[in-house]
Amino acid sequence: MPLLELSDVTARYGPSQALHGVSLTVDEGEVVAILGANGAGKTTTLRAVSGTVSRAGRLLLDGKDISRRSAEGVARLGVGHVPEGRGILTELTVWENMRMGAYLRRGRAVRADLERIASEHFPWIDRRRGQQAGTLSGGEQQMLALARALVGRPRLLMLDEPSLGLAPMVVQELFRVVRRLNEEEGLTVLVVEQNANIALEASTRAYVLEVGRVAVEGSSEDLRRHEGVRRSYLGY
Amino acid sequence: MGMLVAFAWSEFFQQVVFGLAQGAVYGSLGLAIVLIYRTTRIVNFAQGEMAMFTTFICWSLTTNHGMSFWPAFFVTLGIAFLLGVGIERVVIRQFEHASHLTVILVTIALFVIFNGLAGWIWSPEQRAFLGPFSAKPFNIGGVAISRQDVGVIVVTLMSVILLWAFFRFTKLGLAMRAAAIGPDPSRLLGVRVGWMYALGWGFAAALGAVSGMMVAPIVFLSPTMMQAVLIYAFAAAVLGGIESPVGAMVGGLMLGVGTTLLGAYVDFVTGELELPVAFTVLVLVLLFRPAGLFGRVVVRRV
Repeated sequence: MPLLELSDVTARYGPSQALHGVSLTVDEGEVVAILGANGAGKTTTLRAVSGTVSRAGRLLLDGKDISRRSAEGVARLGVGHVPEGRGILTELTVWENMRMGAYLRRGRAVRADLERIASEHFPWIDRRRGQQAGTLSGGEQQMLALARALVGRPRLLMLDEPSLGLAPMVVQELFRVVRRLNEEEGLTVLVVEQNANIALEASTRAYVLEVGRVAVEGSSEDLRRHEGVRRSYLGY
Repeated sequence: MGMLVAFAWSEFFQQVVFGLAQGAVYGSLGLAIVLIYRTTRIVNFAQGEMAMFTTFICWSLTTNHGMSFWPAFFVTLGIAFLLGVGIERVVIRQFEHASHLTVILVTIALFVIFNGLAGWIWSPEQRAFLGPFSAKPFNIGGVAISRQDVGVIVVTLMSVILLWAFFRFTKLGLAMRAAAIGPDPSRLLGVRVGWMYALGWGFAAALGAVSGMMVAPIVFLSPTMMQAVLIYAFAAAVLGGIESPVGAMVGGLMLGVGTTLLGAYVDFVTGELELPVAFTVLVLVLLFRPAGLFGRVVVRRV
């Protein structure tokens, strides 16, 4: 059974329909990418999962129907969504943001785990705990958003355009952390990207969306050689 | 001459302490307003009447149910908290997506409802409200200071400090701040934002109850007892920069001391003029500092 299963999912912003029946699956331990042009429905697909857009169709997490769950309800089932724009709580400190990442976790081990994730993967966060999060650079905010989501120990991590507006070095660092967590701890990731090169390199499988529908799907390796994908999204 | 100076100073200190006690009441009700404004962007015009209503409950517990003051005080805080939570869940929540004007009308409706209810249940006449502190003064270096004033200052400041510690040091307090700053990202982290708003209303109502129970022995208990206080509380909140809890408290203390000293030392300022003069000063301050004294400049990189 896949960890996440969408079949024929539609979504709308008021009167305008953004998804016209998207079907996809994510297995435990996979990194799956969603590619596509602006307005193809990539962000909306993630929002349909996390419950931040009104949606219909079959959405199963671990076999459990989540199509009627609120955003906080989906988060409580273990979905960590780093949204478009990162969702940093800018007026809180860096460390308060981290603590909010662990909001749903209980018990004594949580604090130690926070310390471990920070020192192991994001040493700079450790050093700048008291800084107001809004004063971080774009790249740092994206890293903090990732770290905050990881602290929640999500069963499924969803990243929305993590590379947007970041320097290439920062993007590489970010995907390096994601890949490492996937390999070492089996973290399952669903990532939306405009930058198809990076996305196909980091993922095992990928979906290409066009106007709210899945147009192409396959292993990332195959998609890199796929004629249409290469021309439209990889640029060679 | 020496005698005269010493006498003037002791009188001055008495006035300042009295002003601080008044100001602490304005400040704590102002802080209740700030709390709700920060969490839900609503200016709660009913804050004073909710405080008055719960003060009547405290009075009823002591006079009709034989409780002594402090147990009644804490029971009242609990009731006020539940009342605040209930109002948010049952009434305010329905207007989550309504315009500002609609919500303002709703809080004015609450104002009228609580005022009318209090008059209907307990009759609109003025009553004596026996507070926990005697009016007997004690002496510090020749200055006679009222126990009542000091008691009011201590109780309100303690409540405010406890509330601050809750927001600063607890996980729930952090989540409430997060929900106020960024409801959408907070939801994605699993925070039940609606309940955080309700808790905000609960804490504000409880703090308002503190201000009501502290001021009632001074102004007498009646359905209109909080109306002048509410005006000062709004002024305190705005003077402090509407978003700043510290600002509301400092604003309240400044207004309390300022109006008291004006009344005591400026001959033409009689009771009727205290409020107008205080507000003229307030308007002048806001002319030069439009964001209020403690209005924050949010540092943010885009």
